[in-house]
Amino acid sequence: MRKSLQKTPRYALSSKPAPLRADLLAGGVSADRGNGSAATRRLPAAAVTLGDDQGARVRLLEALINLSDVADCAQYALQWLRDTLNLARSLCLLKPVNEDALLTVAAQGLPGSAASRFTVSLDDWSNPLVVAFNNRETAFFRAVSNAADRKRRPSTPFEDAPFHVVPLASKQFGGEAFGLLMIGSVGMLSRELPYFSHVFSQKIAQVLRQQALVEGDRRQGRERSLLYNIINAVTDPILLTDTEGRLLIANARALTLFTASEEESEGRRGAVRLNNMLLSSALSSKAIEERGAARRELVLVNPVDGSDLVFELLSTITEDGRQGSGVVSILRNVTDLRRASEEIEENYRRLRIAEAQARAESDRLNVIIDSVADPIVVTDAGGATSLMNDRAERLFTTPAKATAREQRWVQANDAHFSSFIAGMLVGADERRIGEIALIDPVTGEALPVEAIAGKMLSDHGELTAVVTILHDRREAMETARLYEQLKQASDELERRIQAATSDIAHQNELLRRQAIELEQASALKSQFLANMSHEFRTPLNAMLGYTSMLLQGVGGSLEPSAKRHLMRVESNGRHLLTIINEILDISRIEAGRMPLQLSRVDVPALIAEVKSELEPIILRSKLLVTVDVPATLPPLVCDRQKVKQILLNFLSNALKFTHRGSVVIKARRNVKDRTLTLSVTDSGIGVAPADHQKIFEDFRQLDNSPTRKYGGTGLGLSICRRLAQMLDGRITLRSDVGKGSTFALVLPLRGRT
Amino acid sequence: MTAKGERPRVLVVDDYPDAREMYAEYLQYSGFDVIEAGNGIEALERAADSAPDIILMDLSLPVMDGWEATRRLKADKTTARIPIVALTGHALAGIHEGAKNAGCDAFVTKPCLPEDLVKEIRKVLGTTATAKKPRRSGKYA
Repeated sequence: MRKSLQKTPRYALSSKPAPLRADLLAGGVSADRGNGSAATRRLPAAAVTLGDDQGARVRLLEALINLSDVADCAQYALQWLRDTLNLARSLCLLKPVNEDALLTVAAQGLPGSAASRFTVSLDDWSNPLVVAFNNRETAFFRAVSNAADRKRRPSTPFEDAPFHVVPLASKQFGGEAFGLLMIGSVGMLSRELPYFSHVFSQKIAQVLRQQALVEGDRRQGRERSLLYNIINAVTDPILLTDTEGRLLIANARALTLFTASEEESEGRRGAVRLNNMLLSSALSSKAIEERGAARRELVLVNPVDGSDLVFELLSTITEDGRQGSGVVSILRNVTDLRRASEEIEENYRRLRIAEAQARAESDRLNVIIDSVADPIVVTDAGGATSLMNDRAERLFTTPAKATAREQRWVQANDAHFSSFIAGMLVGADERRIGEIALIDPVTGEALPVEAIAGKMLSDHGELTAVVTILHDRREAMETARLYEQLKQASDELERRIQAATSDIAHQNELLRRQAIELEQASALKSQFLANMSHEFRTPLNAMLGYTSMLLQGVGGSLEPSAKRHLMRVESNGRHLLTIINEILDISRIEAGRMPLQLSRVDVPALIAEVKSELEPIILRSKLLVTVDVPATLPPLVCDRQKVKQILLNFLSNALKFTHRGSVVIKARRNVKDRTLTLSVTDSGIGVAPADHQKIFEDFRQLDNSPTRKYGGTGLGLSICRRLAQMLDGRITLRSDVGKGSTFALVLPLRGRT
Repeated sequence: MTAKGERPRVLVVDDYPDAREMYAEYLQYSGFDVIEAGNGIEALERAADSAPDIILMDLSLPVMDGWEATRRLKADKTTARIPIVALTGHALAGIHEGAKNAGCDAFVTKPCLPEDLVKEIRKVLGTTATAKKPRRSGKYA
């Protein structure tokens, strides 16, 4: 602004600068004291009067504009004074910002070394130069004519020559002076000088100020970069965000977490987006307000490897008049810390569990040890008892109210046990089993125990303890005794069993021999009967033959009575023959000499044959005999002769025991059990159920009295029973007294296989 | 002796005289010419010299039993064609088989009434009369 003001056309009224006049200059300085702007306002008037100097002023302004160094400006200014106002000797002093002194920045027409070394200490208030500087007053020092004069004035490069002092001040420094111009001159200064000093002051002030600004900027830059270096050096992410959560400043560590360029991988950018969201929500003004600067936990994603990073977030709201409020956040990585603390916690937890387990284990062990029925004693390496269960305590410790006797017993137990253990402690055996004769201190009974001792060794093989289990032998001894008894009893029993067994074997052998003998006897009997029957039959044959011949009249005609008698002989002979034949049949069956002759049997024909053989008897009986046979019957494979014999027996019995009514011969097939039933049903006297079994026994007739009504040997049905068995069949009887009978032969249809 | 051809000649072989004579008497009564033998050797001699039409042979015989005699008769071609009816009081199993194997043409079990025996002889003669060759084996009643 001020530069452009100096360039205004108002200063360019004349191209020829007016010559400076000392009176004007001096008056201008005094009038301009402390008020630069008033002086400038008066400048146009001066410019008009000093029309010749217009060119010099323009030269000054133009030269100064192009100069930016204080020394250059000062040097030019002193040259301008020499060239324009003819002031050949001059000196320019300036006060450096940090020093209380005025130093020479430029000199004109003075001995170089003296001028450049010349300084004025501002601490010396008695110095008229300092007074002039402080009071911002021009001053004139006359030429020195005597010693007293010299004393009154300070030592300067002007030496004894007269000079003016013009302070340099500017409103830009708050009106303070910042330098002095010393101009060698005898008379009054040119009226042009106030203008000059004003312009020069302004310029110097401007330059100084510029320098200060540059210096400040430089310092600020240095400080800023230092600050950045510092915060970048911090390994924790540090962030400054505005109230909307936008990132303003972030250190390098924070940048890796919260920024990602387009070239980064999608995963990394995703992690960064997520981190920003997490941070924003954590830093939302509400969150901060609610929780203040309190430490909070923030879990972020490590964009490098995707792992979780746990941070402690410390955020503080900063109020800045110019920048507005923001939030400074420091994130402290506590991932490792957290992990470590979790590990510690976990270890602690495990430790506690292990402790609890160990305690539980120990408790359980104690319970187990105490619940063991056998006394257990743990002895340490020195032989002292370190642990006992309840059972052991009963043996080795004296009860509170123990009698002298009980104490002795306990001591005796102790002694016995100690001697057992002593051997173990010094011996090399890891295990030892022995018997100790203890005494039950409560009852005084002898207590033989089996002691099983085992050594507990440390990792280094040193003996740490001996564990001894004492097992009550009494039970085992009692068991052994009982076992012995049992064994004796068992041996006795075995002996007896052996004796009995041999006896039985002997009996068996006897029985076997008897059976063989019986068998032989039976065979002999059968043979005997067979022979007997032959011998019986030979004479009987002749008897029957001759009787028959006599009855036929072979020997001539007979008297009726003789014929009647011969008929009795014949019928008795026939009866005898029947008996002999039946005995022979039974003998043959029992001797196994009646083989089966299997053939295909025509059942209806067989029945007809049976019926026709007994036809004479049927005719005599006057009974109605009918045959009931179905039109078709399956073929029966059987021994025809034996079936016929059975049926003959059934029919003859029916005819014999039936006085009126009928007899039915029936054949039926039973599909269900694949059998054929041949039955004879009569309406005769019947058989009581109680007698059903009896009638099948040998030589059995229900009426066994000598005066019995019915003839027969009583062997018929027993033979039938035997024959049916041979045929794999059976005979059934359905009958009751007075209700007739049904005798049935049931035969398997397949016959014998 | 009646002339041969009119009356069939029966050789009755039995060691038990009562039985032999009884059958012989009844056979003569029934119209047969009868010659008798008391043992197996005699039976062979009578069969050779008397040329019977049929032989009634008891199997249990002294000197030579009926089975052996039968075998020899059947082995001799001059007598082989003469039918032989075996007669025995032994009704035990095996007797039938033995007789059949020996060459008997029929088998009768004692006791046997004379009239039953005559019936059997007539039956055997009836069948053999029509037969061209002597029966060495075959059915028996």
